[in-house]
Amino acid sequence: MDSFILQLITGSLIGLGAGYVGSFMVLRRMSLVGDALSHVALPGIAIALLFSINPFFGAFTTLLSAIVLIWFLEKRTELPSETLVGIMFTVSLALGLLLTPEPELLEALFGDITKVTSIDLIITVCSVFAIFLIMSRISEKLMLGIISKEMAQAMKIPIHKLNFLFLFLVVVIVALGLKVIGTLLMGSLVIIPAAAARNTSINLTQYTKLAMLFGISSVILGIFTARYFGVETGPIIVLAAGAIFVGTLLFKK
Amino acid sequence: MIPDPILKVKNLEVSFDGDKILKDLDFSVNRGDVMAIIGPNGAGKSVLFRALLGLIPYSGRVEWAKDLKISYVPQKIAIDRELPLSAGEFLRFKNKDEAIIVEALKAVGIGSEHKNDPEHYLRHVKQHVLSQRLGWLSGGQLQRVLIAWALLDNPDVLLFDEPTAGIDVGGEETIYNLLKKLHGERNMTIFLISHDLNIVYKYANNVLCLNKEMICYGVPSTVLDPSALQKLYGGEAGFYKHEHKHN
Repeated sequence: MDSFILQLITGSLIGLGAGYVGSFMVLRRMSLVGDALSHVALPGIAIALLFSINPFFGAFTTLLSAIVLIWFLEKRTELPSETLVGIMFTVSLALGLLLTPEPELLEALFGDITKVTSIDLIITVCSVFAIFLIMSRISEKLMLGIISKEMAQAMKIPIHKLNFLFLFLVVVIVALGLKVIGTLLMGSLVIIPAAAARNTSINLTQYTKLAMLFGISSVILGIFTARYFGVETGPIIVLAAGAIFVGTLLFKK
Repeated sequence: MIPDPILKVKNLEVSFDGDKILKDLDFSVNRGDVMAIIGPNGAGKSVLFRALLGLIPYSGRVEWAKDLKISYVPQKIAIDRELPLSAGEFLRFKNKDEAIIVEALKAVGIGSEHKNDPEHYLRHVKQHVLSQRLGWLSGGQLQRVLIAWALLDNPDVLLFDEPTAGIDVGGEETIYNLLKKLHGERNMTIFLISHDLNIVYKYANNVLCLNKEMICYGVPSTVLDPSALQKLYGGEAGFYKHEHKHN
């Protein structure tokens, strides 16, 4: 397959999944967590590079341990765990910066979509499909938990388990996006399209669909613009998402 | 009438961090009762609901009759104005059938001024309630939508924590009349937490006065005597001097 087409398809699918998962990150007021979470991937990538393992698995492992921690904090304290999470995640970013071999550092931080392979596409297709399948089954229940945790629990909805499952999907989409836009910026692709969609939607269906649409548009717009100006794609994708967000402010409901 | 207990509570105790929030509660509720729970702030009323629902750890026994459908509306659900969820979507989480949803909205008195013209009513409810963001509804409308939500799956038991908090006097009256009507029509067992002794006298056939422990329990007109009220609220509080604040 032509490398550019490959980038477009893989990127769009990641934008789609990020929009969907991100819509619930924003609703659960976890925007900062989402953003900081992606930084945790860096030490994982570094360790994987040091031991010559596929960086995806390194990132996935550290991200998974991070969500176990977030989940545990949410469950135990009921408090917004943002301060602690913020500190821990920036510390792990610092650690990752030291550990990552210099030649790979830039790529790990900002991604490099030109290195996407057809194996990546296959992994992305399967993962995004799984995300859709699971999200469509749990989104109503997650929403009830957002409205009132007690009401949801009284309906015998296993809120804590669903929260964990949801955070796991966040990890999957963040890990997928690392190659495309990197550890520093992937969190923004999860959060910004959803935040933009919230500005303009009245109901949940509209909201999640728009978040996906904005996710895809950011990626496509970013890829084309970056190609046209011959610059790095990752940062341009995030700028495109930011521009969409500003645009939606004009139509704020 | 032969008593048909739907709930039996024995030696119920709840502690948080070593503090006893509820101690030694013993009571039972029959099918079709309207049970009011009254007490000062911090008396553990909402905690009692949570324990009855099994949402928090407790010691003692809480025994519900078998195969009950229980609906619970917690106190003060604060819906963010920005929350992208329409009232219609919220109700559809429980029942996808629009006709049933519209019927429930009619039952809780939403858009009652249009109820004689079914077509107009449907249009009105869709436009002004179902397609609106849940967080945009007024306090009274939201409360009615929540009651409608609670009724959608035809529960046997309804637990309502201060059903009229934040609603004006007129709205409050309507909601209690509605609960009374539903209770009569569907033989529902209703538990309600209230601050308002007038409401208790008017609508409940059973009252539990709670201030961490059980102060009184029984038929309101018999058990709510001045000494019980003094013990419950302290000072000179009595029924006729009780002030009501409606914000």
